[in-house]
Amino acid sequence: MKDPKKLLILIFAVGLACGFSTGCGGGSSSSGSTPANTITSTGANVASISVNGGPAGNYPDASFTTVTVCVPGTSTCQTIDGILVDTGSSGLRILSSVLTLSLPQQKASDGNPVVECLPFVSGYTWGPVQMADVEIASEKASSLPIQVLSDSDFVAPASCTSRGMPSDGNLGANGILGVGLFAQDCGSYCEQVQTAAGDFNPYYECASSTATCQAVGESLAQQVQNPVALFSTDHNGVILEFPAVSGGEEASVSGSLVFGIGTQSNNALSGTVYAADPATGNFSTTYNGTAYSDASFIDSGSNGYFFPSTITQCGSTSNAPGFYCPSSTQNLSATNQGANGTSGTVDFSIANALTLSGSDDFALSNLGGTFSGGFDWGLPFFFGRNVYVAIEGQGAPGGTVPYWAY
Amino acid sequence: MYALFAVASSAHPALAALGGDVASVQADQLHMRGTLRTTAATSYSVHEIQSPAGAVVREYVSFAGKVFAITWQGRWPPDMRQLLGNYFDQYAQAAKAQGRVGTGRRPLEIEQPGLVVQMGGHPRSFRGRAYVPDLLPSGVAAEAIQ
Repeated sequence: MKDPKKLLILIFAVGLACGFSTGCGGGSSSSGSTPANTITSTGANVASISVNGGPAGNYPDASFTTVTVCVPGTSTCQTIDGILVDTGSSGLRILSSVLTLSLPQQKASDGNPVVECLPFVSGYTWGPVQMADVEIASEKASSLPIQVLSDSDFVAPASCTSRGMPSDGNLGANGILGVGLFAQDCGSYCEQVQTAAGDFNPYYECASSTATCQAVGESLAQQVQNPVALFSTDHNGVILEFPAVSGGEEASVSGSLVFGIGTQSNNALSGTVYAADPATGNFSTTYNGTAYSDASFIDSGSNGYFFPSTITQCGSTSNAPGFYCPSSTQNLSATNQGANGTSGTVDFSIANALTLSGSDDFALSNLGGTFSGGFDWGLPFFFGRNVYVAIEGQGAPGGTVPYWAY
Repeated sequence: MYALFAVASSAHPALAALGGDVASVQADQLHMRGTLRTTAATSYSVHEIQSPAGAVVREYVSFAGKVFAITWQGRWPPDMRQLLGNYFDQYAQAAKAQGRVGTGRRPLEIEQPGLVVQMGGHPRSFRGRAYVPDLLPSGVAAEAIQ
């Protein structure tokens, strides 16, 4: 991303954050005022996370942390900052352009390198699967598959490029730390090659840098792993803890990424558990009288609230295509329903995304845009909340995993 | 309101996709190796193709025989080149241009006079739709495309 300006800048609405029903204290969540959330600041299981624009200084409403990757079994390591913390995906992905280590390549049974194409909505990540030890805070996972993002080492096949536009070059981050609900990025679907053309294959083997890559099946253990699930302790999930954003926008905000749920004195479960569909990771949201069933998710890697609405959009040729640009701040409410039968109201506000041009603020609590057919609770949802992400199959307390809790 | 009027699983080769004729539905079905179910509304029919692994594509065909809209839902985004056909290049250019406007991961929203493409979700769950406003049968609102 070469554009010097970040996409969105915020409203000038003094006292805005105090204007809706959750009150000024910072809390927010199911109905009524709640006290400000407590941010855990110390512990071997606590990593610092910041909403600060990221390494390129142009990324609003995105949270970044630091990870250390090592050649497996050695002390040859590299510490990399500017890693996007993403509850919407699973697995560690690092830009090859920032990686100075030479990591061992994962190979298919015939000896060819394994390369992955992982689609996101705004593009796909492409590059080889390599092995690394991963350390975050004092937590360690040994010899796990990660993805190294590179357009040039292998040729992305048409079956990959037809899924969207490549996003490697303009991530606005040095990598992505996927700490979502799943232990692997793909799951059992990828254990065999899907033979129907309508069914996408994320994993390939590539005989050479110029060869046409072929789809390959990957066992669960071979797939790119959520590093958290492989920590020796505190592996059943994470908590993202951010304070509320004062006045609706701040230059930056710092919080904590806490590993484990109910495994230490600093990570007890609190809040309401919203069980997720174990296949999709989604739950349900009712908004404006319409139920979006199994179409709602909590994604720190989305930089706004995204949902269907008739709120005026900023315009396709504006600097914020797809974002909302109401003439005055809209105070809204939606109800989330977990697959376990829980429900709770979320109050949120949407301000004019374009009114903000020129601001140096990267933490924007009222940023939102359109999404047809579902509800994407992006980073603004995390402000003033402790959000729990319980990973599938890892035995977190509080009910059936995977789940969200807040 | 839709009325189920046909269930078919045969496939005929043809060209593809958005803006194409009804034969392109079969091309997509063949491409996806999916099963096809067709329902009818007052001024168009909906052809739903389901892949072996559960990806669903719905193609909206006007009584004039044109595919004017497509929706999809599944673990991964669909083959956009196949589904958008002649509109793929326009989509790709618009997506690329939008990527240059600002940094950030967010649902895809391309709204041009001749083409609308929207997609959201995350790995293991994507949904979206594409339509050509000029091809919508009269009286059909974009909201009908679900």
